Amino acid sequence: MTAAEHLLQVWGLKTEFAGRHGTVVAVNGVDFYIDAGETVGLVGESGCGKSVTALSLMRLVPDPPGRIAGGSVQFKGRELLSLSKRAMRGLRGKEISMIFQDPLTSLNPMMRIERQMTEGIRLHLGGSRREARDRAIEMLRLVGIPQAERRIRDYPHQFSGGMRQRVVIAIALSCNPSLVLADEPTTALDVTIQAQILELIQKATNEINAAALLITHDLGVVAGACQRVLVMYAGSIVEEASRRDIFYNPRHPYTIGLLQSVPRIDRPRPERLLQIEGSPPDLARVPRGCPFHPRCRFATERCVVETPELRAVGSGHTVACHYDITREEVA
Amino acid sequence: MTAVPADPLIQVRELRTYFAAGRRGLLGPQRQVRAVDGLTFDIYRGETLGLVGESGCGKSTTGRTILQLVRATSGEIIYDGRDLCRISPREMRGMRRRLQIIFQDPSASLSSRMRVSQIVGDALQIHHLGTRQTRRKRVGELLEIVGLHPSHARRFPHEFSGGQRQRIGIARALAVNPEFIVCDEPISALDVSIRAQIINLLEDLQREFGLTYLFIAHDLSVVRHICTRVAVMYLGKFMELAPRDALYADPLHPYTRALMSAVPIPDPDIEDRRRRIILSGDVPTPLDPPSGCVFNTRCPLATERCRQEVPQWREMGPGHWVACHYAGTPREEDLPMGAA
Repeated sequence: MTAAEHLLQVWGLKTEFAGRHGTVVAVNGVDFYIDAGETVGLVGESGCGKSVTALSLMRLVPDPPGRIAGGSVQFKGRELLSLSKRAMRGLRGKEISMIFQDPLTSLNPMMRIERQMTEGIRLHLGGSRREARDRAIEMLRLVGIPQAERRIRDYPHQFSGGMRQRVVIAIALSCNPSLVLADEPTTALDVTIQAQILELIQKATNEINAAALLITHDLGVVAGACQRVLVMYAGSIVEEASRRDIFYNPRHPYTIGLLQSVPRIDRPRPERLLQIEGSPPDLARVPRGCPFHPRCRFATERCVVETPELRAVGSGHTVACHYDITREEVA
Repeated sequence: MTAVPADPLIQVRELRTYFAAGRRGLLGPQRQVRAVDGLTFDIYRGETLGLVGESGCGKSTTGRTILQLVRATSGEIIYDGRDLCRISPREMRGMRRRLQIIFQDPSASLSSRMRVSQIVGDALQIHHLGTRQTRRKRVGELLEIVGLHPSHARRFPHEFSGGQRQRIGIARALAVNPEFIVCDEPISALDVSIRAQIINLLEDLQREFGLTYLFIAHDLSVVRHICTRVAVMYLGKFMELAPRDALYADPLHPYTRALMSAVPIPDPDIEDRRRRIILSGDVPTPLDPPSGCVFNTRCPLATERCRQEVPQWREMGPGHWVACHYAGTPREEDLPMGAA
């Protein structure tokens, strides 16, 4: 596969932060790609580097203390990491846009929705104020905001949490991006609203044929929404597979453990949940060898000294584990 | 599961907690948020009663009112024959030893300036339990009970991971040998891979010390795992209350069904087949709850009757209570269950 075939191709991306006690490697050389129009899930726990990965793609890592230390990000055949700041600004919001977790902090509380929306539209698409306004109203309708002509004059605080996230989505999609990075877009929302918003993101990205990277800690969210899934742990991608393989044939002990440790509403209730021991590592002190080894019940001497590389275990299915572990062996 | 004998530890009667919310305009009427609006239920000895609902439904306020951390506007909370809303502050101080709470966010609920020994030992001191020596020993024991090491007593909260901090919060609640613990979203702020550890720990402790829990959560799969009975709350009121298996096998309230259908299931085939009940709109403000059934503005089954008439709280099966005019009358096939 060559970079030209994919919408986005990331090679060896490494992002570091300067800390008081030395350098923290938040993203430790990740490789992945996203094809046009597809939805890819990026799953991991807090501090695993999933958000920093998204920020690195947008080149929005706060610098200092952060720094993209290496790698390559090819988007539509262009290398984003060497693009000028100006060219990058032209790309953000237009070609690649982002949806953040908390709509309250990603909207400006002092500005009417109209201005927040039309600013970007006029900057990226040009046109008159009138045209930008029409476009904004069209987008608000697309995301299901009733009385869009009237609501566009409102301030963010006049919307409920779910409606605010719809506005954020409308803004993210307003310039027809080819790629949307959605960072925990439903985590701050209630379950009934979460279902609406996930459906909306899928519908709306389909509508404009945009690809999406859906970043989440919730495997349930990924099961319904993505075609492919990347599982991240301690700064590295530890498994990549199609949605079906991740759920029906997971091969990394971490993925298997995650799937087995969550209680499921559709299954007979176990007397006791299977648990993964220990805690996710602090990125300043990532264990040697396989980063998961201190919590892995299959770990051997080899796992302590040798970091496993991603290797293919099936079509489009790679895993960073020295051993061939399957779900049956864990259960 | 063994059935829990219905021996009420706490009887809540017509409980209301309203908060003042300022006036509408300068001379307008004083407005009130009806956070808890007329709840009547029992909590049985040794059970885990789940309290689920979306943010702002009043579930945390209910827990805090029972503990008298928030004053009830009216109603009764009978604990061991005494009404907690009416006993003297002095008596209440004595009662506090028996009623404890575990908070959602362990980083916010543990003082960053106190050592673990102090955090866990404080309650012992307040209640004049033991000498300095025995208290220190007790803190060490408590830390071991929750899966930490006695030597951790000298450390500060920031030296621990999120899961370990929640263990400290649990040790603090256990310190005074309580009978009843309000667990207010105890795992929501934790990483996915450590949630099972904390759930298992809470279950072990319940068995070992005969604890009674009020388990407040928004995650219906976790509630199904840990609770013996479950109450579903919406805008300060109970919509449904039932033994766990009855509720999940046969949810009677449209809101319960919608909540269940919205739970993401980590299984692609099921997700693809599922039909979600998408509720229109958002939760109305508790400042101005809808007339009739408070759920009527979002209910897919609502009729004129629901807008006019408050549904009765009625028992449809053994211990299975519901507040819906149309509960049990299958009207349309439009309520598919995601999880049978």
